[in-house]
Order: sequence, then structure tokens, then C-alpha cells
Amino acid sequence: MKKTMLQKPKGFIDEYKHKAGAEKDRTHYCPGCGHGILHKLIAEALEDFGLVDETILISPVGCSVFAYYYFDTGNFQAAHGRAPAVATAASRANPDKIVISYQGDGDLAAIGGNNILQAANRGENIVVFFINNAIYGMTGGQMAPTTLEGQVTTTTPYGRNTDTDGFPIKMSEVLSQLTAPTYIERVSLHDAPHIRKTRNAVRKAIKNAKERKGFQFVEVLSTCPSGWKMDPVKSMKWVKEKMLPLYPLGVYRDLGDDAKITTRPVPVMDPVAVWEKLGISAEADVDFPRGDVAEEYRKLSIRVAGFGGQGIMVTGQALASVALEYGYNVSWLPSYGPEMRGGTANCSVNIQDGQIGAAEAVKPSMLLAMNRPSLEKFEEAVEPGGTLIYNSTLIDIEPTRADIKVFAIPITGIADELGNTRVQSMVNIGAYAAITDMFRVEDVIALLPKLFKGKKQAILDLNAKAVKAGFAYVKDNFK
Amino acid sequence: MTDPKYPRSEVNSEKCKGCGLCIAACPMHVLVESPKLNSKGYHFAEYVGKGCVGCGNCFYNCPEPDAILVYLKNYDPEKEV
Ligand SMILES: Cc1ncc(C[n+]2csc(CCOP(=O)(O)OP(=O)(O)O)c2C)c(N)n1
Ligand code: SF4
Ligand code: SF4
Repeated sequence: MKKTMLQKPKGFIDEYKHKAGAEKDRTHYCPGCGHGILHKLIAEALEDFGLVDETILISPVGCSVFAYYYFDTGNFQAAHGRAPAVATAASRANPDKIVISYQGDGDLAAIGGNNILQAANRGENIVVFFINNAIYGMTGGQMAPTTLEGQVTTTTPYGRNTDTDGFPIKMSEVLSQLTAPTYIERVSLHDAPHIRKTRNAVRKAIKNAKERKGFQFVEVLSTCPSGWKMDPVKSMKWVKEKMLPLYPLGVYRDLGDDAKITTRPVPVMDPVAVWEKLGISAEADVDFPRGDVAEEYRKLSIRVAGFGGQGIMVTGQALASVALEYGYNVSWLPSYGPEMRGGTANCSVNIQDGQIGAAEAVKPSMLLAMNRPSLEKFEEAVEPGGTLIYNSTLIDIEPTRADIKVFAIPITGIADELGNTRVQSMVNIGAYAAITDMFRVEDVIALLPKLFKGKKQAILDLNAKAVKAGFAYVKDNFK
Repeated sequence: MTDPKYPRSEVNSEKCKGCGLCIAACPMHVLVESPKLNSKGYHFAEYVGKGCVGCGNCFYNCPEPDAILVYLKNYDPEKEV
């Protein structure tokens, strides 16, 4: 149908309800920014082709991070430079959708340089719109890989020096060395005729995507009046005079009807199949009834710390695994020192009913310190009113905090008495059970075959003794 | 002859950011910078009231989705919903 009016395309959301602040009827872009021009061309094409509801747009990091405020499509916002990977996933999982990766030059050519290369090389069924504005806009005008030789930016105050900063990267030329891409064109927004050519390229790429013709790449020479410290009209002149000679416009690849249409297996999300592969079944869950747990232990963020080899990770995993059987939400996050052996090791465990946010126990409500450096390092961080359990066999100093509960337990000593230092982790579990009333000893023992899969009965028995010994020590010496 | 009211360009003075790109792109020079300021402090663009040929340059050069619109030559208010 012939247009009778040029107005805000329907590819845009009516009112930008996701946008922060009061101005929900205009974009966040600076006056004269090329992002807005390209946005309009994309939104118009999606409307004209009836593809708004068939499109998933991935926004990058950079000024267009908020593209999802504006486009009435499905949206993901990807980590810096990773839009092509997210687009790959979206496209593989939804092979009948148009997937657009919208990226700036810092995002695509710097931090995401390899990401785009691999997606292009796989010939993913995605459209990449690449805004080349020769600078990092959002962060205040630093050098981008595309910055011109001699161009002054905040990080090249004397102008980009190719001896120290390398040469501008020409992404269309680079990608056209690959076999897989279907369509690669460089266009520009510097005046009305070129915006029309850009419009054609945008439409062609989206049409190709509709026909599943593989990887489409449109590089758009654009402006950043704020980063360039230039008024918008002069910026357009600068594109023409400075960028065009370095970045020749034109088609770098167009396979047209020879484009290969690749059908890839659609990944299926089948957790049950994964469980079966791992030998886990939903029914096997023991699901113990809970005991009476004091309020203070119902939302725990625990740091377990010590030397590598002290059973730190096993302690953390066991805490989480056992708590899971009582129906708690749990997380376990290991953190290893740089040494392969004998270095420091610690892990964070969360046990609670609600949703777990950060997995790391930055301010733990419980610290289990297995050696002196760990006590010294983490004691300060414990939440007021929290709990400290420390290994008094190896730690010869007194804790300094008076506002926390302290349990000095000779963990290594108890394990040694049982004849094997390696059962320290189960001494820990027993002590934890006694302190918190969260686990019953017999429940933990019943779980040992699951915790130590494939271990001989003698080892399981020894660990059972360790659980009991840790439990008994706390019951006999505290409360 | 169609209604001489069309083609015609129309700027939303509040949503306009005064970048001047439409003014530079208009081949008929019928868009100008207003001496007035909008509430954001921008000298918005203004259509002088006649001379638009409906080329659409201003619409496609404008980075704002909704700051400028163009009624084309074949625009017929009767037929619009
Ligand atoms: C992992 C990571 N590193 C760095 C940043 C900081 N950062 C935000 S935007 C940006 C540059 C974006 O530049 P470009 O892709 O050219 O987009 P523009 O803002 O110019 O549109 C950087 C480095 C970040 N957000 N995340
Ligand atoms: S900083 Fe540059 S790229 Fe970002 S919105 Fe402003 S003009 Fe556009
Ligand atoms: S191009 Fe758009 S934002 Fe810029 S002056 Fe014209 S109407 Fe205003």
C-alpha cells in the first residue's frame, strides 16, 4: 500500500513504558545522533513487512543499550560485545523468527571482536546492524577500533597514533574474508540520498532474513555529535569528508539467490532428559521434614574458608546438598586461589526459602574458618549478630568480634582422632547441624551414599562417625 | 490538483531536539529554526507553511521517531482513519 503519510513507524512502541523518567514520548539519544535515524529505518521496515511481532532484537552495551525501550519486538539486552552470541541462541531456538543484533563499534569491533567473527563464520541466521561512529559514545568519547588516524578522542588527546594505537578496523572488509556471510554492505547516514540507500540496505537485510538466507551485515557510518564535540549538521559533513575516504561504501558480499539456506537442529529444553543422563530422578529426592530452626538460621549466607585440601569445597557442597533435601533454595559458589595445591580456598553457600540474589557471601551471616588466614581475612565481614565457627586445632588466635556468636571447635583434631584428617568436612556438617538444628544427624547419614557416590562402605561409615562426632562436640560443649 | 494543503511537513515542537538535520536536508528550504524555545530549551524546527514537495527527506533525516511527520501529496484526510 502506498504511504500517504510519513510518521512514527509501528515498529516502535507507542509509549516507551520501559524507559526510566518522565519523558516516555521521546528517545534518550542526543540531538542529531545517527542511532535514531537507523532506528527509524528498522522500525519502518519491520512495520512495512509485517514483521514487528516476528522479530527479536538484541541490544548491545553502548548508547543503544536501551533499544528495547523503543522497538515493539521481542528483546534481549546482551553483555558488552556478546549480542551475536545471544542472537545466535535466539535464532537457533526460534528459527522462524527474524533476529537482529544491533551494535556499536566499541561493542562489535573492540570487546566483541571475536564474538562477531565467530557468528559471521558460522553463517548464523541473523541480521547485524553495525553503527560505526568512530568512537565510544556512551562512556564519553574514547577511542574505538574504528577511530580515524589522527582523530582526537578523550583517550587519544593528541590524535590516534597508528604506531601506538593501531589502524582503524574496517569490519565490512574483515568479515568479507569469511566464506559464510550472505550479505555485507557499508552504507552511510550523512545525507538524504545516502539515508535512502541505507534504507534499502536495511530492508534488503531484513528480507533476506525472512527468507532464512544466513548472515546479514549492514555497517552504517553514523555520527556521535556529543562524542565528537560537533554540531549535528557539521557531524554529517565530517562523515562525508573524513569517514568516507577511509570506509568505502558499497556491497562487499551479496550471494543473492545463491545464498545457502541452512536448517539447524532446534535445541530442545528437556530437563528430565538431562536429569536422566546425570542419573538424577525427581522421585529420588528424599525430602526430609524440617525441624525447628531458629529464626536467625533460616536465611543463611555462609562463607567456608581455609587451605586447599581441607575439605572446604566438600563442606560447602554438602551444606547445600543436604539443605536442598529439606526443601531450601541453595547456591554454592567456589572461589579458588591461583595455586593448584595448598593455596587458599573458599566457597559461598546460601540457604534460604526465598529467591537467592548474589551467590557470593560478601557479608556472610555465618563464617566457617578452617585456618588462621581465613579467620583474619573474613571475620570483619561477618554480619553483626552472625555466627563464627572456627577450627581451634589450627587457629591459635582469639576472634576479635564481640557482636557475633563464636564456636571454637577442634575440627582437625576431631577428624584426626577418628583416624583420617580428610573427614573434617563431615565434622563440619555435624557441628553445623547441632548449631542450627537444620539437619538431623540420621538424615545426613542417610544421604552419605549420595554425597560420596561410589565410595566404599568403610569410607561412608567413617564419615558417618565424623558427622556424629561434630554434632556431639557442639552439644557437649555449648548451649 | 490535490488539496494544496498537502504535501506538508509538521514538527512536534516539544519532541523536537533542535538538531537541525531536517533543516539541512530540506531541498526546498521550507524548514527553519524557530526563534522560540521549547520546554527543554531547544530551538525547534518549524515548517514555514508552504513550499513542501513531500520528498520525505526531513522525516528520514530526523533521529526522533515522533518529532516530524510529512503528509504526502496523496494524503486525503477523508480516507484516513
Ligand atoms: C564488560 C564491560 N566493559 C566496559 C563497559 C563500559 N562501556 C559501556 S558503553 C562502552 C562503549 C560503547 O561504545 P560503542 O559500542 O561504540 O557504542 P556507542 O555508545 O558509541 O553507541 C563501554 C566500553 C561495560 N559496560 N561493560
Ligand atoms: S553519545 Fe553519541 S552515540 Fe550516544 S546518543 Fe549521544 S550522539 Fe548518540
Ligand atoms: S531533525 Fe527532528 S529533532 Fe532535528 S530539528 Fe528536525 S524535527 Fe527536530
